[in-house]
Amino acid sequence: MTTTSPVKRSAAMIASIADPGVPTTPAPFGHALADLAARDDRIVGLTADLSKYTDMHVFAAAHPDRYFEMGMAEQLMVGAAAGMAAVGLIPFATTYSVFATRRAYDFLCLDAAEPGLNVNVVAALPGLTTGYGPSHQATEDVAILRGMPDLTIFDPADAVDVEAIVPAAAALDGPTYTRLLRGQVPRILDRYDYTFEVGKAKVVRPGDDVVIVSSGLMTMRALLAAEKLSEEHGVETSVVHCATLKPFDEETVVAQLDTDRLALTAENHTVVGGLFEAVAGALVKRGVGKRVHPIGLPDAFLDAGALPTLHEKYGLSTDAVVARVLNGLRRPHSYS
Amino acid sequence: MAAVTQELGLDAARTRRVADSAFEIRMGVLEQGEAQGEGYVGQALGIADVLAAVYCDKLRHRPEDPDWDGRDRFLLSIGHYALASYAALAAAGVIPRAELQTYAADGSRLPMSGMKTYTPGMEISGGSLGHGLGQAVGMALGLRLQGRADQLVYNLLSDGELNEGSTWEAAMSAAHWNLGNLVALVDLNGLQADGRTDDILRMDAQEDRWSSFGWHVQRIDGNDLEAVLTALDVATDQAVAHGRPHVILCDTVLAKGVPILEAKDKLHFLRVAAEEWPTAKEQLTAGYEENSR
Ligand SMILES: Cc1ncc(C[n+]2csc(CCOP(=O)(O)OP(=O)(O)O)c2C)c(N)n1
Ligand SMILES: [Mg+2]
Repeated sequence: MTTTSPVKRSAAMIASIADPGVPTTPAPFGHALADLAARDDRIVGLTADLSKYTDMHVFAAAHPDRYFEMGMAEQLMVGAAAGMAAVGLIPFATTYSVFATRRAYDFLCLDAAEPGLNVNVVAALPGLTTGYGPSHQATEDVAILRGMPDLTIFDPADAVDVEAIVPAAAALDGPTYTRLLRGQVPRILDRYDYTFEVGKAKVVRPGDDVVIVSSGLMTMRALLAAEKLSEEHGVETSVVHCATLKPFDEETVVAQLDTDRLALTAENHTVVGGLFEAVAGALVKRGVGKRVHPIGLPDAFLDAGALPTLHEKYGLSTDAVVARVLNGLRRPHSYS
Repeated sequence: MAAVTQELGLDAARTRRVADSAFEIRMGVLEQGEAQGEGYVGQALGIADVLAAVYCDKLRHRPEDPDWDGRDRFLLSIGHYALASYAALAAAGVIPRAELQTYAADGSRLPMSGMKTYTPGMEISGGSLGHGLGQAVGMALGLRLQGRADQLVYNLLSDGELNEGSTWEAAMSAAHWNLGNLVALVDLNGLQADGRTDDILRMDAQEDRWSSFGWHVQRIDGNDLEAVLTALDVATDQAVAHGRPHVILCDTVLAKGVPILEAKDKLHFLRVAAEEWPTAKEQLTAGYEENSR
């Protein structure tokens, strides 16, 4: 079992998702929340012993009187956030995606969603964004939450999205769940003609040959792949970004897919119960028969290890997206 | 050390042997930390004495056959402490010592967070905290139902896990079901992810809390091997099919045994520079030799 080659380091907890050459912004969520709180004294922040790991520490330092460390007790945190919202505050509560969804689901559902309270759960490590193994890989967080009535689900692509989502979530009356990108967060959407709007899918990049409907960090990967495909292969790829996964902008997405371009979805999530199935449902409902190639995580417990290795292995890397597009163009009728 | 050992009625050779194992575990922890460049080294060094006593003395198991049905169960609910368990499994002969070099590497059997599916001798998949004690209740109930209550169930918890409601649900349940075949060990290192435990969620009166729930409670210095062995002896001597469950509250020191690491800011994730590892190992060895005299 010993290896003679140097040990490949996993940097499991601090892995960055930024591709080489993409600029980053530190802790955009923490700064956006602190800025918003300076203008609105109803904003409060809660965490379940993960302040430092969800960028909440920035808010805590700026507004210590409105910051509540609830301890590692996720159910309590969500319940207490609902209580705060019920008396007129606007809570933002942070933990990791796995704990917000797998553990605190019932509390978010009945304490916040059913009464329609303004509870904003902001969850780090969505999908596959840590090499720490199944306990921390929220590969099915969207699948868990998509069935919750009245919940708005955001899947930001980068720091631009995160900064826009914070005030938008506060302004929305009901509960929200945001798949947080934390730490050194890539910044890419400002290269394009793009503005975030709640509930809207946006064509970030046009393209005549291929269309990728994507969300979250896979929008960043799709955009980088589209640039590569254009430069190196002369293939023009459109990227349609769904920063809001629920409610889902079926009109825009179906209109973009109902063409004869090669179509793919790309999500940082299992192919079960996430973006791909939202797209499939929207197409079928409208009677649009269109082959869509899903890029997403397999329906399996994933490996532990170094994040770049895992993104390569499970097909979420920029190069893997390029390869899937080229393969799809060569064999449009195959499916996987 | 010998005098105290005698006073406690412990066999000096036994204490010596477990102390050797504790040293081996600590060295294994440093080797893993150095190989990976990071890891939860502070916690692992702090709990090394407890794990040495469990794996190299108390636990009934067969290193060459980790799935032996007649074994006691040791559940690590704190997945991030895995490197401590791996070093203990190596010291106990369950996994080859050289394998520690692969800690948290791609394709390794020793992931950064401990999981049943990856590593021989790991009983549960940890990492999401507050899951261990509930599973321990089920194993203790199940073994007793099958007439195997002499096979004990141990669960190592952290003080952070005392924040989780699920831990207290299980604590209530263990007492309700009179699980005298269950031994919980709690690492009170005073630290959790965001900082000092007391600043995050007050932890006072732990003895009272557990005893009011119906547990037999001992509180010890978890870095005093004799105290650890004695407390474990008391718990296992009193272990019965129907009786109070046992909890041993262990006060431990983060990074115990390695002065340069003990002196660092008490952080959940200790940062250790590459050049500090050799010094850490030298200090560990020096301290061990000093104590062995
Ligand atoms: C249910 C759950 N919530 C949050 C986390 C993230 N987390 C990992 S370790 C940790 C601190 C827990 O306290 P403790 O185990 O006492 O920390 P340590 O002594 O190792 O610093 C937290 C919050 C987790 N692993 N599981
Ligand atoms: Mg602790």
